[in-house]
Amino acid sequence: MKKVAGEALGEMDALEESTIICRCEDVTLKEIRDLIRQGYTSIDEIKRLLRAGMGPCQGRTCRNLIAQEIAKHTGIPISEVTPGRFRPPTRPVKLGVIAAGAEGGEADD
Amino acid sequence: MTETADVVVIGGGINGACAAYHLAKKGVKKVVVLEKDFLAAGSTGRCGAGVRAQWGAEMNVRLAKAAIEQYEKADEELDYAPGIEFKQRGYLLVAYTEKQVDQFKKNVALQNSLGVPSRFVSPDEAKRIVPHLSTEGLMGATFCPKDGHINPFKATDAFARAAKRLGAEIRLRTEVTGIKVSGGRVIGVETTRGDIFAPVVVNVAGPWSQEVAAMAGVDIPTYSQRHQILVTEPVNPSLQGPMVMSFHHSLYCQQTPHGSFIMGIGDPHEPTGHDVGHSWQFLEEMAKKVCRMLPILRNVRVVRQWSGSYNMSPDAHPIIGRAPNVEGFYMAVGFSGHGFMLAPIVGQILSELITDEQPVIPVDKLGLERFATGELNVEPSVV
Repeated sequence: MKKVAGEALGEMDALEESTIICRCEDVTLKEIRDLIRQGYTSIDEIKRLLRAGMGPCQGRTCRNLIAQEIAKHTGIPISEVTPGRFRPPTRPVKLGVIAAGAEGGEADD
Repeated sequence: MTETADVVVIGGGINGACAAYHLAKKGVKKVVVLEKDFLAAGSTGRCGAGVRAQWGAEMNVRLAKAAIEQYEKADEELDYAPGIEFKQRGYLLVAYTEKQVDQFKKNVALQNSLGVPSRFVSPDEAKRIVPHLSTEGLMGATFCPKDGHINPFKATDAFARAAKRLGAEIRLRTEVTGIKVSGGRVIGVETTRGDIFAPVVVNVAGPWSQEVAAMAGVDIPTYSQRHQILVTEPVNPSLQGPMVMSFHHSLYCQQTPHGSFIMGIGDPHEPTGHDVGHSWQFLEEMAKKVCRMLPILRNVRVVRQWSGSYNMSPDAHPIIGRAPNVEGFYMAVGFSGHGFMLAPIVGQILSELITDEQPVIPVDKLGLERFATGELNVEPSVV
């Protein structure tokens, strides 16, 4: 059966701490655990200090994994971990494409 | 059980962190910072992350120069291993009219007289400093190599951690709901997690400065206004050294040391109040303007847009000092978009005022009293 990344809480325990959790920004499990242990227990705080979730995918992979780590450390259910803010645009868009669209012309590519 | 503190600081942005650090460093024993969300969750963490000493008013030049000097030493002085990411590669302020050229030349003379190493440069030299800058319509620019970029989250974290090591307490997710005043002096605060009695309360609440002042019965003429901003994917980090800022286009754009570009535009039609939403109109306007001025950015992707509040004061200068009608109630508010870059020196000045010392830079002209007497300050160089 196909599993969603980090679906079961137990799975993360088996990971090496050098495992990359945020692939866009190369943030490791150890970096995330270190911050959580120091009291940074929300996705928004971890994102801002480590850039986890700030890359081109905007946290599609790492957000849930970080939420699991927070839940595990603090003992609060994962459903109650504040999800963090989502920001537009949904996918990265070239500035030139937006500018051309706004000026009523065609984009170069 | 009644809790007491020597100083309560309202607001966990950069100004709260810096004030707590300087108070604790002076030996004030129990300093408690109250933050309703997390550190830098308000205007600090939403700002453009730039610091400059290139101002047109003497007070701003002096404050910014002193603040930048603290930021230069911050990693070492605060023993902050992650680093505050100070990329000191300058600001290039571009001029497009005769009037701006004249003003910029006056600004440079003032800045130089105060020890800031800025200079006026020709369009050709501007292009050497930022090779991808379009010189269309450009009449000149000023450049100061000491200006630059700092990571606001890490800077706040650095001062907050140092403050904690010196004994200050920082309480997150704790909102101030009232301020107790008795016989013309402040005696404490009410919070969502209980009351704290304290003879000194500091309002560094950024966008909520007016509401917090009102809790103490102090009427201040600040208001908040939305400013939008976006960030791109990271690209080669050595593409652009300095921040490029145009008052003519109300635009700024800089590359962070990480490689992403941060940019924003000022729009007088943005809503006032606490709206921190975003609009597609901003995205379009920003893209159009920046692609004309810095055409290389056409091929760089936007990954995120957001907004934050400028806490405006009527003369675009901060209000710093004690409230004239409430003993023990201090404020540093109304930074009008420049709170992040001034914070370290403002924190120091607050700590000096609170401990009855002469502030390192006299701030009498920044008192709340000026709005009653009409002795306003003027700053010609604001986006």
